Amino acid sequence: MMMTIFQNLSVRRFLSSVAVVAVIAVMTGPAGSTEAPTAGFTGSFSEKSSFFGLFETIRWVPFLFIAVVFFAVWTLWLSRGEQLKGGVSKALAAPRSATQRRPVRWGITLVFLFVAIILPHVISDPFWQAAMVEQIGVYILLAIGLNVVVGFAGLLDLGFVAFYAIGAYTTAWVTGALPTPPLFGIHMDPFFAIPIAILIAMLAGIILGAPTLRLRGDYLAIVTLGFGEIITIFANNLYGITGGSQGTAVIPHFSLHLGPIKYLWGLTPVPYYYLTLVFVVLFLAAFSLLEHSRVGRAWTAIREDEVAAESVGINPLKYKVMAFAIGASTAGFAGVVTASQSNNIFPSSFTLQFSINILVLVIFGGMGSIVGVVLGAIVIQTGSMFLLHSPPAGYQPSDLYIYLGALLMVMMIFRPAGLIPSRRRRREIRLSEAGEGHADEVLTGEQP
Amino acid sequence: MGGFGHYLLSHLDTMRREFWFLFVGGVANGFLYGMVAVGYTLVYGVLRLINFAHSEIFMSGGFAGYFVMKAMIGPTVPSGFATVYLIVIGIVVGGVVGAAIATLVERVAYRPLRRRHAPALAYLISAIGASYFLFNLAGKEFGRYSISVPQPYVNHTVFTIFGAPVQLYYLVILIAGVIMFVGLDRIVAKTKLGRGIRAVAQDAETASLMGVNIDRTIAMTFIVGGALGGAAGFLFGLGTGVVFTMGFTPALKAFTAAVLGGIGNLRGAMIGGLLLGVVESLSVVFVQAAYIDVVAFGILVAVLLIRPTGILGERLGRAA
Repeated sequence: MMMTIFQNLSVRRFLSSVAVVAVIAVMTGPAGSTEAPTAGFTGSFSEKSSFFGLFETIRWVPFLFIAVVFFAVWTLWLSRGEQLKGGVSKALAAPRSATQRRPVRWGITLVFLFVAIILPHVISDPFWQAAMVEQIGVYILLAIGLNVVVGFAGLLDLGFVAFYAIGAYTTAWVTGALPTPPLFGIHMDPFFAIPIAILIAMLAGIILGAPTLRLRGDYLAIVTLGFGEIITIFANNLYGITGGSQGTAVIPHFSLHLGPIKYLWGLTPVPYYYLTLVFVVLFLAAFSLLEHSRVGRAWTAIREDEVAAESVGINPLKYKVMAFAIGASTAGFAGVVTASQSNNIFPSSFTLQFSINILVLVIFGGMGSIVGVVLGAIVIQTGSMFLLHSPPAGYQPSDLYIYLGALLMVMMIFRPAGLIPSRRRRREIRLSEAGEGHADEVLTGEQP
Repeated sequence: MGGFGHYLLSHLDTMRREFWFLFVGGVANGFLYGMVAVGYTLVYGVLRLINFAHSEIFMSGGFAGYFVMKAMIGPTVPSGFATVYLIVIGIVVGGVVGAAIATLVERVAYRPLRRRHAPALAYLISAIGASYFLFNLAGKEFGRYSISVPQPYVNHTVFTIFGAPVQLYYLVILIAGVIMFVGLDRIVAKTKLGRGIRAVAQDAETASLMGVNIDRTIAMTFIVGGALGGAAGFLFGLGTGVVFTMGFTPALKAFTAAVLGGIGNLRGAMIGGLLLGVVESLSVVFVQAAYIDVVAFGILVAVLLIRPTGILGERLGRAA
């Protein structure tokens, strides 16, 4: 092994390894300021720190070590012998693995469901119980919603937070927590807000999507990006309607009055956990069915080759708007859950950061792969909560977004299909890279 | 009708009184939008993609300018020749840093995907990741707060136009903008590099057969666009101050300007920038200041609905 490394040395590759590790050192290092702009950079290398409490040393020593190891692994990886390059035929002939057989899948699903049900009894730390609802459950909902837009239909929506905000503010409106009189003049339970929020978010999605989806896909990205900001501006400035930056009045918790059964979801996270779990399971089931339905197949067809899809009678605009509206309504629904669970909503919680965070969950897990997206959401959100709960030295909560941005780039460069790729998606990406087909070409659509 | 008529008349009266004042500010802003819009349009021309990381090139130019001004300006505010010298230095450093960051983005976020012939969606996501990474890293290293840039001059009214004062700051933007626009226009129309950019924009494959080095041309396109974006960042920071999120809104507006003028069209980007700057500035008469950003967004959606090819039309690869 050592011989292989020595036979394949390259100065350029070594410098690249050092550069990559240096960037990681800066990312994880101390923060700087405009007064001392170099403090963060120099501190990242010259500061003393202890890694996992193992040994205390100046930071550049372990990082140089990491760089050397990284370089060695990279060199070995490159010299692992010529890969068999099957190209198109390899992409087409990917066999079904054991995990893709139906009984196995059902087994895995049941195991996961069982784990999900007993989880709040295993984890009793209130921080993690709250995180499981607010930061994982709701984010899974949002991620599978965005997956319909990005994964199934191949459209990039960067303003997903807007629909989430619409859902949350609709809840506040319906339950009478806004300065404006509530809908129908009565203070309703958040449960009644669900259909209304879904409807309004869907309408917003259609109004925004219908004109924009006619155009090239990257215009959609930038229009949604702008829309996400606009919604925040309105929420911040329409004092008379939204309560402005002060946020809303208290939004009631969910409560159930079915004849003799009366139940009020309170401040403890566990009842909310089970409620969110039910919602997540319902949405997962619905989207799994949707994926293989006529509509799902239409999305695949449009994604892979819009012109061909159109020529067999699929109306691309109709199906794109549909995907966009379904994604929007899922976000609106998640907004209801958050609004009712957290009691107050503020415009400052609906930021671009949020949209990108959800996008990272989808990309990391695997566009178009429901299992992947759910696992991606769990992994990333647990990771970010872990960083928040017990931050390493020099870590500030906002640093998370540096990591998320880097992760987006790294995924696109090395594993565009995600952690657990959807079979179809991986095939498309491979075919596209081999010069076959037009998957995700964004550029199709009505060219102006 | 009476109420609305009165509303309109009173606002039109304000408009008549304030027109030139707002117009001057709008033109200055418009030049900045135009400089950034050029970056979008150039990259769009060669790659057919929106460079989502362009906002961070703008931001890096702003910070570079801030640090240079901070290092070079002492306790007394410079004047005369020193002012001119400092502004030129600021623009050059902003431009160089902008170009460097643009090159970095191209190398890291775009080139590996291009080698692999990745689908277009991958480029967009990768560029968003790059943008996100860069501005949050800037936030970590330089602090997450807004800071004003040391001024290389005492901002004062140089002359008035129809009673409206023209400040020195606006004049600086105007002169720098005109020089950059004319220079860029000539570079693209006359030089070998410009011919290469136009050839790749028209048909990359054929251009490559004709001996145009595509990788080099794309890299140079990022450099040229990045230099203008970085310089604009410095000029913007001079007036508004710098903060790690400073790129977002101006870049969104610059993109609007590029679409308004016709994306891929250099002169369109410049005209679109000016038009957007002026319209946005004049809209202050009708909407509250908080909703100014909404106006630009409304214009973007309206243009995409009514005339997605923009005012001058998409003219990929033609001389200017």
